[in-house]
Amino acid sequence: MNENPMVELEDVYLDFGDQSVLEGTSLSVCPQERFVIMGRSGSGKSTLLRLILGILQPTRGDVRFDGQSLAKLSRRKLNRVRRRVGMVYQYSALISSLTVAENLALPLTELTRKSRNEIETLIDEKLEMVGMKDMRQKMPAELSGGMRKRIGLARGIILDPELILFDEPTAGLDPVISSVINELIIELTEKIHATSIIVTHEMDSAFKVATRMAMLYEGKLQISGTPDEIRSSKDPVVAQFISGDTTGPIQNESS
Amino acid sequence: MNAIRHTFQAIGAIFWMLVHTGEEMGDAVRRRRPAFPLRVFHQQAYRVGVGSVPLVALVCFFVGLTIALLTGHQLRSFGQERMVPVLVAIAFTRELGPLMTGIMLAARIGAAYTAELGTMTVAEEVEALEGMGIGALRYLVSPRVLAAVVLTPCLAVVGNVFALVGAALISLWAFHMAWEFFFTTVLDTLLIRDLVFGVFKSLLFGVIVGAVSCYKGLAVTGGAAGVGTAATASVVTSITAVIGFDTVFNVMVVALFEK
Repeated sequence: MNENPMVELEDVYLDFGDQSVLEGTSLSVCPQERFVIMGRSGSGKSTLLRLILGILQPTRGDVRFDGQSLAKLSRRKLNRVRRRVGMVYQYSALISSLTVAENLALPLTELTRKSRNEIETLIDEKLEMVGMKDMRQKMPAELSGGMRKRIGLARGIILDPELILFDEPTAGLDPVISSVINELIIELTEKIHATSIIVTHEMDSAFKVATRMAMLYEGKLQISGTPDEIRSSKDPVVAQFISGDTTGPIQNESS
Repeated sequence: MNAIRHTFQAIGAIFWMLVHTGEEMGDAVRRRRPAFPLRVFHQQAYRVGVGSVPLVALVCFFVGLTIALLTGHQLRSFGQERMVPVLVAIAFTRELGPLMTGIMLAARIGAAYTAELGTMTVAEEVEALEGMGIGALRYLVSPRVLAAVVLTPCLAVVGNVFALVGAALISLWAFHMAWEFFFTTVLDTLLIRDLVFGVFKSLLFGVIVGAVSCYKGLAVTGGAAGVGTAATASVVTSITAVIGFDTVFNVMVVALFEK
């Protein structure tokens, strides 16, 4: 394990009222890793990303980014940390009243001192990366789910963040678009040397993009290892999740 | 008891929302950025100001006209209908102009702010702004509250003018009061203090409507139904707060300045 992890969660508990979402989760992600967190729908994977972004605060435990405990940061300092992180949302979360180009320009105009020309060049560059250069003037409502996801990806990397958080990047997409997104994740993270944390329950995507994987089950990380280690794991929970069997320790909630 | 606790919790939350908005604006200034996004402010100012002029003007025109007509008839039985301009001028500049503008803004703009921010909250757009480190409060709340604060006094003045025009027209028709006499009496009657109190009050109504409606929008939970509920709650809360604050303000002014 690297001595200076970029993201660390230490014994994190998170409750929403009576419901416990995380129960002592710990993880550590090193620079330039593509760390995939698998888990069932509703297991708290997306919540984990919101903790790393400082949108949610843990009930107990500590979340650190680059050695800084997020809970101890003022709002101003937290915003500074967030500027080093890009988040790609499951449903894109594009600003619906702005065009594609304006959505991408927003972080640049609000957070940097780049000139209009530099901003336009960067927008073109990122849109080209995700294959959406012709969509500059479209409104988000005019785009399909896959297109919105790619625009969300372009916005997530527009500031060349050190850490990119992907929330279900391929959920609900057809296999071709999913592969395109997976390749983009690998290409982009390699190109800008970013660290990625990818949350997904789609095993094909997970094994394609991961350099390391973990499984979140019942509020805890069940196992962590390389894709090969996970694939050959004897842990019954992990084995059942990967194979998709209906029999095993993971039970349907209704049973 | 629960209702009182919730009211105080909401007041506290709105106060802290404004404090955090101020902090984010201060941080932007320290980074040599505009304290609030100018483009969004222009859009909101146009919406609050120019967009509300027809409604405020029309409603105040009719209310001014009605007040002049009804009070004039009563005063005529005492031979005092020449007091109509005095009554309408003081009633509108100090009370009805700002109050009616506040209520109309709460209904028109408050509901729109809440629905807009509520929809953005539900669609994770607010979270995305927050996650990018842009500061959702500075980007969304500050231009909206500022637009309401700056434009409410202007709208109140527009409302006053149209109310006086309505009153002057009906006075001419019903009481044969010359247009010139009407406005000379208004100018002789009004004190700077009346105008200042009216403008100050409408400034505060702008803060109330802007802050309550933004808070209600950002606190939305429960999808589309939640947005609808929040918009209704926002209008009800804003109107109640405007009228409640107006009463407190009037009591204080009478107690402190009119002994």
